[in-house]
Amino acid sequence: MSIRLENVSYRYLEDTPMETTALAEVNLEIGEGEFVGIIGPTGSGKSTLIQHFNGLLLPTSGKVWVDGVDLAHKDTQLRIIRQKVGMVFQYPEHQLFGETVLEDVGFGPQNGGLPAEEVEQRVRRALAYVGLDFEELKDQSPFELSGGQKRRVAIAGVLAMEPSVLILDEPTAGLDPKGREEILDEICALHKERGITVILVSHSMEDVARLVDRLIVMDKGRVVLDGTPVEVFREADTLRELGLGLPQVTELMHELKAKGLAVNTDILTVEAAEEEIARVMGGQR
Amino acid sequence: MRFRNLTIGQHIPGDSPIHRLDPRTKILGTALLIVLLFSVDGFIGYALVALAVAAVIHLSELPWRFVIRGLRPLMVILLLTVGLNVFLTEGEVLFRLWFLTVTREGLVRGLMMGTRLILLILGTSLLTLTTSPIQLTDGIETLLNPFRRIGVPAHELAMMMTIALRFIPTLLEETEKIMKAQMARGADFQSGGLMQRAKSLIPLLVPLFVSAFRRADELAIAMEARGYRGGQGRTKFRELRFGRIDAVAMVLSVAFTVLVGVLF
Ligand SMILES: Nc1ncnc2c1ncn2[C@@H]1O[C@H](COP(=O)(O)OP(=O)(O)OP(=O)(O)O)[C@@H](O)[C@H]1O
Ligand SMILES: [Mg+2]
Repeated sequence: MSIRLENVSYRYLEDTPMETTALAEVNLEIGEGEFVGIIGPTGSGKSTLIQHFNGLLLPTSGKVWVDGVDLAHKDTQLRIIRQKVGMVFQYPEHQLFGETVLEDVGFGPQNGGLPAEEVEQRVRRALAYVGLDFEELKDQSPFELSGGQKRRVAIAGVLAMEPSVLILDEPTAGLDPKGREEILDEICALHKERGITVILVSHSMEDVARLVDRLIVMDKGRVVLDGTPVEVFREADTLRELGLGLPQVTELMHELKAKGLAVNTDILTVEAAEEEIARVMGGQR
Repeated sequence: MRFRNLTIGQHIPGDSPIHRLDPRTKILGTALLIVLLFSVDGFIGYALVALAVAAVIHLSELPWRFVIRGLRPLMVILLLTVGLNVFLTEGEVLFRLWFLTVTREGLVRGLMMGTRLILLILGTSLLTLTTSPIQLTDGIETLLNPFRRIGVPAHELAMMMTIALRFIPTLLEETEKIMKAQMARGADFQSGGLMQRAKSLIPLLVPLFVSAFRRADELAIAMEARGYRGGQGRTKFRELRFGRIDAVAMVLSVAFTVLVGVLF
């Protein structure tokens, strides 16, 4: 399942005095099974971009293809595309509505026309993926859960459609560090085990550095950098100009180098940094 | 999405002479326009009022296309009014269209009703387009103040209006967000019969109400935390000022209303 954008521009409130160009001439291709991170300053067009991947927004100009299907074509069934390209919005718990967790999480598959037993199977699997117990929660009201549990239920609501592409817009905003880590690990596991494409919008350099294979940097509606995290973080000056900075360990390695220690700065994790420093210092830990 | 096409109730900040007028002047001016539209009869009168409205739009420095577009959401009502008047008025028959008869009187009345409605919509949307919600409610509050003696809760009404106006865009935004989130899960708000559609609104309405109540709670707490306790003894950061430009505008509008109202 690949996604391709060609010269995509999007303007909000076109023809009004408040018109804003949120995307300008974006060209992009995301292949099957990739784990892509999207970062960029506030208002750079990240959320606008990802809403083009499942046809929630159609480009003002340019074209979007999902799996070779032109989303703007009049015969395209966007509902079918949306079953395959799942999207978790920021603060997804704000969309909860069901009387029970089962009803809420089952909403997506049910809209896909699946029989009741299959819906229940899917809900069971989806809840397991986000670390929740089906038997314990299925008859509870989603409104009585804790904040972190609500978030998980809402994410399960998208996973239950078993999409082949999963898009998440800052899925961990407002969670405690432990909750953040767990949810990101679950997403990572999903990517590894089921081979689905994951597109993650995030403000945390640490998270994207740790997880993704490919990193896209947006600014003012344009893609300014696109490559592996190591490649992207080599452009330290561009990133600082955008107010984004580097992951803390990478920043540390840059500073060590500036101070005269001949370390390799292509380091993204604390463990790798430890090894590299040990290597340079001559093996003593 | 489509809600954002509504220009009524929107405010476009600016620095034109119309923007700078005291809100009370603009509210009274709009009231005069309404009075005028219902007292004028005959095409010359309407043409003069239309000219005046056009002059105000020009002075407001808003893009014409944008102001005119405010008519679009009300097109159905407009067409219905004109249509009913054209086809249902008895009189000298001009021509027949299938089973409908068009009379001279009907045509005249339809056109006049149409013009009246258009000018009414344009005039009132000009008021909100050029006046910020805060100014608008401030204006209404001061205009209502004299009626406090007879039990009109001027401040409370104004505060309710401020809050309501402030939250319209927020709620529309929220609606759009929730709709998108549910559409991403395959919800369909457009097709199906009446029952089907009503049912499809549940996944939209439940989260919307939950969030509206949450916001109301938060707002009440925030207001109390900052010492709000009603209108008594409350002072204003921005006092309304009735300046020279307002005096000129007022005199002009009253003179115009009296003149056109009496003559036509
Ligand atoms: N519904 C909307 N109506 C009008 N303008 C909008 C709307 N949504 C976004 N914009 C504008 O489009 C631009 C891009 O917004 P977008 O939400 O895509 O940015 P973002 O990168 O997701 O930002 P953030 O990191 O804050 O979530 C911004 O200038 C924003 O003000
Ligand atoms: Mg965003």
